[in-house]
Amino acid sequence: MIPLSWYLLVAAALFSIGLYGVLARRNAVAILMGVELMLNAVNINLVAFWRYGRFPEQPVGLAWAVFVLTVAAAEAAVGLALIISIYRHRDSVVAEEMDTLKN
Amino acid sequence: MEFQVPTINILLIAPAAIVAGWGVLLMLIELFISDEAQEQWRQIVPGLALVGLALAFIQTVGLWGYDGGTFILADGHPMIVVDNFATFLNIIFLLTGALTIFISVDFLRRTGLERPEFYMLMLFSISGMMLMGMANDLILVFLALELLSIPLYIMSGLAWPRTDSEESAMKYFLLGAFSSGFLVYGIALTYGATGTTQLPGVMAGIANGGSLALAGAALLLVGFAFKVAAVPFHMWTPDVYQGAPTAVTAFMSVGAKVGGFAAMLRILIIALPGLGDVWAPALAVLSALTLIVGNVVALVQPNIKRMLAYSSIAHAGYILIAVASAPASPDGVSAALFYMFAYLFSNMGAFAVVIAIERKTNEGVMLDDYKGLAKRHLGLALAMAFFMLSLTGVPPTGGFSGKFFVFKAAIEANLIWLTIVGVITSAISGYYYLRVVYTMFMQDGDGEVAAPEALKWTVGFAVLVTAVLGFIPGPWFDIARQAALQGMQMVAGG
Repeated sequence: MIPLSWYLLVAAALFSIGLYGVLARRNAVAILMGVELMLNAVNINLVAFWRYGRFPEQPVGLAWAVFVLTVAAAEAAVGLALIISIYRHRDSVVAEEMDTLKN
Repeated sequence: MEFQVPTINILLIAPAAIVAGWGVLLMLIELFISDEAQEQWRQIVPGLALVGLALAFIQTVGLWGYDGGTFILADGHPMIVVDNFATFLNIIFLLTGALTIFISVDFLRRTGLERPEFYMLMLFSISGMMLMGMANDLILVFLALELLSIPLYIMSGLAWPRTDSEESAMKYFLLGAFSSGFLVYGIALTYGATGTTQLPGVMAGIANGGSLALAGAALLLVGFAFKVAAVPFHMWTPDVYQGAPTAVTAFMSVGAKVGGFAAMLRILIIALPGLGDVWAPALAVLSALTLIVGNVVALVQPNIKRMLAYSSIAHAGYILIAVASAPASPDGVSAALFYMFAYLFSNMGAFAVVIAIERKTNEGVMLDDYKGLAKRHLGLALAMAFFMLSLTGVPPTGGFSGKFFVFKAAIEANLIWLTIVGVITSAISGYYYLRVVYTMFMQDGDGEVAAPEALKWTVGFAVLVTAVLGFIPGPWFDIARQAALQGMQMVAGG
C-alpha cells in the first residue's frame, strides 16, 4: 500500500501550486483557480487522513470533503458573479488594475 | 460504515436557526411580492429583519447560564456547545445586527441602495457568526466561517455598479477565500494529527500530534489572523472598509472581527491549550505588530473610513493582547470579551456618525467634511467626540475600561513588554482620534447632516452604553467573567 506521506506530499505540492497561483497570477479568474487548487489539496488530505487514520469506521474525513466541495462551489458562484460584474464595467479582470482604493 | 443520526435539541440551536431561517423566509416571501408591492415591501423588510433578530435575542438571553450541547454524536461529544461564552457572543452579534439595521435604513434609502437582500444577507452572516461562537467541531468552524464570510463578500459589493464597491467586494472575496484555504488546510492537518475534529478530542490528541499538529495550529492561526485583520495579514482591510457601503463597513468591522475572535478563542482555549506555550508568544508578537502598524498608519489617513479601518486593525491588536495572555492569566478571555463588547458600541456609534455625514455613497467621508460639525449638529459632534475618546481609551469610557482589563490581564500573564507597547500605541492613537474632535469643534465648514430619529436613538444608545461601561465597569466585567469561566472550566474538565 502506498504510504500516507505520499498523499500528503501530493496535497502539499498542490496547495503550494495553488498558493503560487494566487500570489503570482494577475487575472482574477486565475487567482480563483488557485484558491480552488488549495481547497482540493485539502480534500486529498482529508480523504487520505481518513483512510489511514485511527477511526476509518467513522467517515468524518469523507463527509468533510463533501462539505469542502460544497463550500468551494458556493464560493466560486459568488466569486464568478463578482468577476462578471466587474468585467462588465471595466472590460478587464486583472487584479492589479483594481487600484482605485487608496489614500 | 454506518451513519448515526445525532441527538438534536432544537431549543439550543434556536438562536442561530431563527436568524438563518428568518433570512430564508424573507427571501422566499420576496419571490411572491408583486412589482406594485415592491415599494411597501422595501419599507417593511428592515422591520421584519429586526423582528427576527428580536426573536433570536429573546431565545439567546433565555439560554444565559445554560451549559450543554446539541448535535451529540455517537461518542457523546456535541458539535454545538451552548455555554455562557457562546451566549455572550451571540448577544454581541445580535446587537451588532440590530444597530446596523437602525443606522442603515435611512442611509440605504438616501444612497439608492435600498435592496432588501441587504437585510437577508446580513441575517445569514449573523447566523454564521453565532455558529462561530458555538462550534465545538472544526468542521463546523469552517462552515460557520464561510456562512459568515460569503454574504459579507456580496454585501461589500452592494453598491454595484460603483467601481469602489465592486473592487472592495472583489478584494474581500479573493483574500477571504485565500485565507479560508489556509484555515481549512490547517484544520485538515489538525484532523490528521489527532484523528478527530472535535475540539475536546483535538485537545486530548494534540500532545502526540508532533510537527503535523504544530503546522496545523500555525495555519489555523494564519487563517484567523486574516479574518480578524491582524498584521501582517491585514492588507485587505483598508481597501475593503473604504470601498464597501458604510453600513456594511460598520457591520463587518464589528461582526466579522468578533466572529473571528469567537472561534479563535474557543479553538485556542479548548482544543489547543497544550500548545499554549507556542501560540501565546506567537500571538504576542502578532499583537505588537498589529498595534504598531495599525496605529501608526492610521495617523496619515485623510479618509475617515480608511482611518477607522486602520483603527479596527489596531483594536484587533488590543484584543490579541488579551488572547495572548489567556494561558497565563485567568482573566484573559473575559478581558477579550469585555473589550469586544465595549468596542461594539464605540465603533458602531462612530460609524453611525460617519453615516450621518456621508452625503452620497462614499462622498463626504473625508476628514475635511467634519469641519464645523459642532456648529451644524452639536449632538452628533459631542457623540462623535465621545466615541473617539472611547476608542482612544480615555476614562470614563467603555474603551478605557476595556483597555484597563486587557492590560491587567497582560500584566498578570507577565507580558510587561506587550503592555508597554499597548500603552504607547494608545497614546499615538490619541493623535488621529482627537484630530477628528479638533476638526469638528475648532474649524469651520458646512454641509448637510442626515440624522433621522432611528440614527439619533442608536447614537444615544451607544453613548449611554459606552458611558455605563466607563463609569461602572465592574458588574459588566463580572458578566464577561462568567462567560469566560465556563470556557475555561471545559478545559479543566476535558
